[in-house]
Amino acid sequence: MQRRIVSLWFPRLAAERSLRARPVDAPFALSLFDRNSERLYDLCPRAESFGLQRGMTLVHARSFCPGLLTRTADPDADQRFLRILARWATRYCPWVGLDGRDGLFLDVTGSAHLLGGEEPLLGDIRARLARAGLSARLGLAGTPGAAWALSRFCEGIAPPGENLSRIGPLPLSALRLADQTCTSLERLGIATVSDLHNLPRATVARRYDPDVLRRLDQALGAVGEQISPLQDAPGFAARLTLPDPIGLLDDVMAGARRLIGHMCTQLDATQKGARMLRLTFHRVDQENRSVELRLARPMRDPVRIAALFERGVGAVDAGYGIDMIRLEAVEIEALGMRQLDRAQNREKDSLDDLVTQLGNRLGLDNILRFQPVDSHIPERSFTLVPAAGSRPAPAWPSRRPRPLRLFAPEPVIASGGGSRQGLEPPPRFRWRGSFLTTIGAEGPERITPAWWENDAGWRGGLRDYWRVETGEGRRLWLFHTPQAPRPRGWFVQGEFA
Amino acid sequence: MKFSSAFPLKKARAHEVCGDGALAFAAISAGLSEGTVVWVSEHRLPVVNPEGLFPYCDPGRLLVTRADSHVNVLASTETALRSGAAGLVVAELGAAIGLTEGRRLQLAAEAGGTTALLVIPEGAGSNAAETRWRCAGLPPDTGGSSDLPLRQNYPPQNGPDSTRWRWSLIKNKIGTLSEWIVGWDAAAHRVIVVSEAGG
Repeated sequence: MQRRIVSLWFPRLAAERSLRARPVDAPFALSLFDRNSERLYDLCPRAESFGLQRGMTLVHARSFCPGLLTRTADPDADQRFLRILARWATRYCPWVGLDGRDGLFLDVTGSAHLLGGEEPLLGDIRARLARAGLSARLGLAGTPGAAWALSRFCEGIAPPGENLSRIGPLPLSALRLADQTCTSLERLGIATVSDLHNLPRATVARRYDPDVLRRLDQALGAVGEQISPLQDAPGFAARLTLPDPIGLLDDVMAGARRLIGHMCTQLDATQKGARMLRLTFHRVDQENRSVELRLARPMRDPVRIAALFERGVGAVDAGYGIDMIRLEAVEIEALGMRQLDRAQNREKDSLDDLVTQLGNRLGLDNILRFQPVDSHIPERSFTLVPAAGSRPAPAWPSRRPRPLRLFAPEPVIASGGGSRQGLEPPPRFRWRGSFLTTIGAEGPERITPAWWENDAGWRGGLRDYWRVETGEGRRLWLFHTPQAPRPRGWFVQGEFA
Repeated sequence: MKFSSAFPLKKARAHEVCGDGALAFAAISAGLSEGTVVWVSEHRLPVVNPEGLFPYCDPGRLLVTRADSHVNVLASTETALRSGAAGLVVAELGAAIGLTEGRRLQLAAEAGGTTALLVIPEGAGSNAAETRWRCAGLPPDTGGSSDLPLRQNYPPQNGPDSTRWRWSLIKNKIGTLSEWIVGWDAAAHRVIVVSEAGG
């Protein structure tokens, strides 16, 4: 059977995607920071009528068109949108591939008759895209190369065997050649595809890079060209439809367990583990209730997952009954094979389950571990990282004695001191409403601020820390700032055990 | 009453501690326990400084849990106790708990085989606790001299820690009450009884 390929080109994909989300009634363009300035990335026809073009700097464009509305372009989102369009295009044929950043190839061999022929097929594509607010240019030919040329340069259909006659008069850039190659060929007076085709092949092959002949052959069908269809991302979901509604917790959990077991088999086969799961209950009264489970570690053990789901499922209101249960693994991570029968692993498993249970109540980012940080500033010498996905610090560095309780510096009201005032801790002071007497002090330990960090608390310059023992039994960590402007005071920053 | 019969804390039971030195008591209990220590707190920032904790307990063993309300502190503590994955669960409570909450925690501790230590405000304990301790720091023993002993050899890298606490057992379900003056031996990683204050 003769191959038939549709090339679908979206000349204004980025701008129209943005306008679909939020339409505007004004000249509109997308800008992107490129080559040291904000430049136009894509624009609507109305903006084009002001003489604007892609690649122009935004300042320049505004001088042409003061009423221009712009938004920032998001090329990654455009690519995601193109993949969505590719998925949509599978309504016409099963074989859809991406073409660059703004086009699609559809292999409609043997499927055009389903819509009444090639002409109605293109009409249907065009109408549906126009309804979605997308302008598209379409070309249909026997090869991807020829279809590409048609969609870019003269929309239409090349009947079987008429590839050359349709794309012959088109300029050389219709062959998907580099601009530089086109220019050098045009300098020799070779302006169209048929000019190139009429040249002796040996000369062209000797003088130009092999791409020229390869592209020509691809367009004319002498060399095959593959269209690679997109692979669907593997989805992990399972559904259980019940003939009669259920509502008891045991029944619902039995259903959920069956789904979890099914999904874990799927996960096992692909060596994946679920990180986040969602269990949705469809009730008889058309309402949905869903329970989410975030796991501390990727997991595919059905018994443990079911146990972790129990609390959430218990809180679900079953209403008049549930007649469908759906389980979906929302986040998946790779999880290789693992040796299971070791006591250490079991211990670790139960700890991970605990993190999951606590995390589902408080949020996984509220279950934390201490990690040491290489800093001499006391309040910056550690950090808290989420326990899910982190290992405990292997060895905590042994540093100088530090208070067990650390808080923001609190000023004290000092009394007495005499000549050594400001150099040694005050003999008597008032802190948090109580009078304290210094009966012993060790110090000073001088800590200089990190000059590369702009920390408001350390504006006073370096600090002299003293470990003060009071007659009342409390051991405090006092400091004063010898470099700060007067009057300087003493501050409490921590309390030892 | 011997100190060793009351401390280290009886396993799989809920204990309470109050007073100025409660945090040190919790830190020492954490250091003497085995496995992971779950530290449940209502505060946004940790109350315990890992560097200060280091002499008593490896900070890497801590699982810091930030709860946003008193109820969530209790619920998370119960979950952690029941799972049995941790060796000790320390909960910093900001308000008094009743007999129901205390009993629930006690039962959870027994079910999971995990020790619970509730750091409570003064006089806010529940009757369900196994033991209750009041801890306070003691001023250093200056040996009778009255002049200000300012030591300039800071920091004391290897010197013995002169910190002393008065630990009073103010509630005990299975024994008598007593009081001890104790210190911490960092090298041997154990509590040393300096004197039996209460007898």
